Amino acid sequence: MVIDSMNNVKIKVENLSLYYGDSPALKNINMHIYNQSVTALIGPSGCGKSSFLRCLNRMNDFIPNTRVEGNVYLDGLNIYSSNVELIELRKKVGMVFQRPNPFPMSIYDNVAFGPRLHGIKDREKLDEIVESSLRSAALWDEVKGILTRSALSLSGGQQQRLCVARAIAVKPEVLLMDEPTSALDPLATARIEQLIRNLKKYFTIVIVTHNMQQAARISDVTAFFLMGELIEVEPTEKIFTAPEDQRTADYITGRFG
Amino acid sequence: MALNARKFKDRLLTYVLWSSMILVIIVLLSILVFIVTQGIGAISIEFLTQPPRNSMTEGGILTPLIGTLQLIIVSMMFSLPVGVCTAIYLVEYAKEDIYTTTLRLAIRSLAGIPSVVYGLFGLSFFCILLRFKPSLLSAGLTLGCLALPLIVGAAETALQAVPQSLRDAAYALGATKWQTISKVVIPAALPSVLTGAILSVGRVAGETAPIMFTGAAFFTPGIAKSLFDEVMALPFHVYVLATAGTFIDKTRPLQYGAILVLMALVLGITLIGVIMRAKLSRRDYLM
Repeated sequence: MVIDSMNNVKIKVENLSLYYGDSPALKNINMHIYNQSVTALIGPSGCGKSSFLRCLNRMNDFIPNTRVEGNVYLDGLNIYSSNVELIELRKKVGMVFQRPNPFPMSIYDNVAFGPRLHGIKDREKLDEIVESSLRSAALWDEVKGILTRSALSLSGGQQQRLCVARAIAVKPEVLLMDEPTSALDPLATARIEQLIRNLKKYFTIVIVTHNMQQAARISDVTAFFLMGELIEVEPTEKIFTAPEDQRTADYITGRFG
Repeated sequence: MALNARKFKDRLLTYVLWSSMILVIIVLLSILVFIVTQGIGAISIEFLTQPPRNSMTEGGILTPLIGTLQLIIVSMMFSLPVGVCTAIYLVEYAKEDIYTTTLRLAIRSLAGIPSVVYGLFGLSFFCILLRFKPSLLSAGLTLGCLALPLIVGAAETALQAVPQSLRDAAYALGATKWQTISKVVIPAALPSVLTGAILSVGRVAGETAPIMFTGAAFFTPGIAKSLFDEVMALPFHVYVLATAGTFIDKTRPLQYGAILVLMALVLGITLIGVIMRAKLSRRDYLM
């Protein structure tokens, strides 16, 4: 299995702590995230899993009074070092949010938004990126005839796949997903899960989910968070069959959370 | 017994509320009916296309009508960009501290200052200190000052209504702050910003006090050709016809005609704003 090889580490988190004001949201997290795999972050609400995810592309930078301690290495480079360009980091680490948040513009412009930000103006090249991104997000067949229509006219599930297409259009290496199916119906959820399974061939995926079945279905590694601490991180099979920690076992069997 | 008393109270209150509403409608309608019946006789193609003649006892209102439109354009060219930029600063850049709160409060209270105070400010600041003299420019800028807090308020509300999730999406794609504002936030907010601007035009177009010392003329032989000419304006023209003419009886029909046109103009502008707002508010964004 991929996770046995140390050479396959894409992101290495070292003694990471996060503070909102004085109260710690994450306490001394150490964790490896492996190349071309799906890592699921589970835990009860408020356990810090989303905060952790947002540390990986430094989205917490915007929240006033937050402080980060420790290091996060992406391919060996510390993303919290002062010479890292946020723009470059976010190009490499894309993000899909909890609720579909397409821009109020056409489907085409949504997907082309990122590439345009980074200076691609050539129409043919943009066409190509838009098509391949929409194909990768399993949305192309549904929207190829209506690319100029408003993205807001799509259904919730389609909007979320559009957001995936928009994120991968800048060709990231890592894709962060913050409960991407929590606002979707079961059918749309199944399509996104299928999509995630396909996408992991090309990307390293980290997904926050409050749905343990989902974590079991799609992830290779699962990390269990509780009250800002990383309790356990194991191959998914193992964590769902033979967890090391009693708290993990309690959570997985539904005794709390 | 107690139940009956409660029912009676309930019914009484309904009547009180209902009759208040009727009172408002009666007041509004009687103004409207009075103006229309008095003014409609004066309205004709000539009235709208001819300048006033013969000591303003004959002719039309072309000059003040054009003057009012010129004033609207000058005031918007000043207040729209300044107001929108201020709102962008307040919403996107300013930290939420005591200074920003004070600034917001100050802008809000600007909207409550009597318009004659704006007129005196315009006179001393634009006409005298900046040496613009009483002119289209001075009067337009003074009206712009009056519209400024309204535009800032409208633009602020519009910018705040853009969901944070859209900003997050742009940042997560690697956008800088300015790219996020210019490519996502402003386009999303623009329709409601423009609606707010149109409504504030309607609000300032009918004002008399801010322009009477700063550039509105009793009479000019033609329309203003430069920013430094004085202008005739509809609201001031009405004031002149009603109080300052030498032949008040002769000018009365013209006066009501001018009032009717001014009212239609303001109502029309406001209507455009309201329709735009209704249309755009249906196009809601997913949070």
